[in-house]
Amino acid sequence: MSFTPSQRRALLLAPVYVVLAGAAVFTLIPFAWLLCAAFKTNADVFASNFLPAGDGFLGVAWDRFTVANFGRLFADLGIGRAMTNSIFLSATAALLATFFSAMAGYALACFRFAGRDWVLSLVLAALVIPGSLLMAPGYKLLFDLGLLNSYAGLLLPGLAPAFGVFLFRQSMVNSVPASLLESARIDGAGEIRIFFTIVLPLVRPMIGAYLMIIFLGTWNNFIGPQIVLQDPGSFPLSVAINQLRGLYGADYGLIMSGTLVSIAPVLALFLLLQKEFIAGLTSGAVKG
Amino acid sequence: MSSPSPVAAERVSPVRAVASPSGRASSDPAPVPARGRYRAEPAWAPWVFLAPFLLTFGVFVAWPLAQSVLLAFQQTFGPRSSAWVGLENFTYMFGDPLFWTSVRNTAIFAFGSVLLQLPLSLGLAMLLNRPGIKGRAFFRLIFFAPSLVGLVFVGLLFGLMFAPRTGLVNTTIHSIFPAFDPEFPWLQVHIMPALILAALWLYTGFNMVYFLAALQNVPEELLEAASLDGAGPWHRFRHVVLPEILPVATFVVLMSLLGSLQLFELPYVLLNGGSGPENRGLTVVMYLYNTGFVSGDLGYASAIGWVLALLMGSFALGQKWFIKRQEDR
Repeated sequence: MSFTPSQRRALLLAPVYVVLAGAAVFTLIPFAWLLCAAFKTNADVFASNFLPAGDGFLGVAWDRFTVANFGRLFADLGIGRAMTNSIFLSATAALLATFFSAMAGYALACFRFAGRDWVLSLVLAALVIPGSLLMAPGYKLLFDLGLLNSYAGLLLPGLAPAFGVFLFRQSMVNSVPASLLESARIDGAGEIRIFFTIVLPLVRPMIGAYLMIIFLGTWNNFIGPQIVLQDPGSFPLSVAINQLRGLYGADYGLIMSGTLVSIAPVLALFLLLQKEFIAGLTSGAVKG
Repeated sequence: MSSPSPVAAERVSPVRAVASPSGRASSDPAPVPARGRYRAEPAWAPWVFLAPFLLTFGVFVAWPLAQSVLLAFQQTFGPRSSAWVGLENFTYMFGDPLFWTSVRNTAIFAFGSVLLQLPLSLGLAMLLNRPGIKGRAFFRLIFFAPSLVGLVFVGLLFGLMFAPRTGLVNTTIHSIFPAFDPEFPWLQVHIMPALILAALWLYTGFNMVYFLAALQNVPEELLEAASLDGAGPWHRFRHVVLPEILPVATFVVLMSLLGSLQLFELPYVLLNGGSGPENRGLTVVMYLYNTGFVSGDLGYASAIGWVLALLMGSFALGQKWFIKRQEDR
C-alpha cells in the first residue's frame, strides 16, 4: 500500500490530533460539569455527574433541568445588584487604567526629557513589587485617607498600573513614528490634540487588549473588594458569590448557577476579542 | 529592552524640520531663526502625561512601600495603634512553626505546579505548532479559556468537584481505576496536590499561549538547515528550538514561580477562609493575610511580606543573570 505525500502527512498528524483532542476534553470537563450543575436541582447534582439519567431522549431526563437556581439568585438573593456592581467597577477601572497608562506610556515612548530613564526604571521596579507586600500598609493608607468601604478606595490605586504603562510604552515605541508627531506640531496641533487624534488611534489594538486585561482582572479580583468593601450592597460578584457559599454551602446547584453567571460574561467577551487579547498579552514577553 | 529606532529618529528630526520650511522662511518679514519654525516638544508635556502615573505611584505604591519598611519593625493592633519592636518580628518569624509550615506548603505548590505545568504547556504548544495542524486557533481558545475564570470561581468550582464520594474528581478516577478510594480526602488531607491539580487546569493553557508565540518566532530556515545537516527531532529541539525560545521560556518559568509563591485566593476559597486541617493549606500570603487582617498585626504581616519580596526578587535577579550568561556565550 502506498500513500501520497499529503495522505502520509495526515496520517502522521493523526496522533497529534488525538492528544490535542484529549487535552481539550480534559480542559472542558469542569465547564461542562458547571453548566450541568447550574441547571439541576440539588438532589440531581448529587445523583448524576453531568446529565440526569431518565427515560427522555437519549436516556436523559431533560424535564428535570430547571432554571429555579437562577430565579433564586436574581429574585431572592440580589445577585443582579452584584452583577451591576461588577460591570460598573470593571468598566470604570478598565477605562481609567487604559487612559492614564496610555498617557504615561506616550510620555516615556515619544518624548526626550531629563529624567525619562529614571521614570522608566521606576516603572520597571514597580513591575516586580509583589502585591502582597502592599496589602497591609495599603490597607492602613486607605484607612487613614478615609477611603475604606468606597469604590474610590478600590479604583484609585489601580488608576495607572506600571504594567500598563510598560505595555503602552513598548507598543508606542514601535508604532508611533516621530515624524508624524513632528509634522503635527509644525501644523500647529496642540499636545493634547496630538495625543487624542494621532497617538491613541495608532495603538488601537493595544487599547482593545488592555481594556480587556483590566476589565477581566477587576471582574475576577476577589481579595481587593473583600478587604476594602464592607457594605454588602456594594459587593461585586466575586465577593457576593463567595458569601453565598457561606450561607448556602450545601446547595451545589445554587452555587454553580452563581458561578456560571459570574464567568459567562467574561468568557463571551473573550470569544469576541480573543485575537487582540492574546496579542496584547504576549507582546511584552515575546518582543521584549 | 531595545528601542533604537524612534529615539534615533527623534534626534535626526529637527534637522529635517529646519530644512523643509526654509523656502518659506524668506517670505517672512523678520527672518526667524530656522529653529523657531520647528515647534519643539514643550518641556511640560511629558510631565503632564506622566502626572497621573507618578501621583498614584507615589501615593499608592511608594508611600505604602516605605510604610511597610517601618511597619516591619513594629507590632500593631489594628490600623490604629502600634509599638516599636525592632528586629523582633524577624527573629520571631524564624522560630515561628506556622511560618515554616506556610513556607513548606508554598514551596511544595510552587515546585509541584511548575514541574507539572511547564512541560505540559511546552508539549501542547509544540504539538499545536506542527506545520499543517488545522484548528490551531480553536484549540488555543479552549486551552486558554480556564485562565479567564477568576480564582475565586475556580475555588468554588473545584471545592465541589473535589468533594469525597460525590465529587467529579473522585467518581471519575474511581470509574477508571476501581481500586481508587472514592472517599479520597482531597481537601481534608491532600490539599496541596488538589491545589496543584486545580492550578494545572487553570494555567497550562495560559503558559502554552506564551510558548506558542515563542515557537512561532523560531525561523523556519534554521530548522530546515538543521534537518539538512541530519539533525534528528531531539537535536533540532535541543540546539535550534530551545536556544531560540529560552528568553520566553525562562520568563514563563519566572512568572509561574512568582505567581505560585503568592498563592492565596485559591486555597482561601477552596478551604472556605480557613487554612485546612493541621494548616495543610496554609500558604505564606495566607499567613500574611491572617496575621494582618484577622489578628490585626500589620507589622508582623509586613515583615512576612518583605521576606517574601526578597525571595521573589532573588528569583527575578537569578533569571536575569541566567539569560545574560546564555547570551554572552
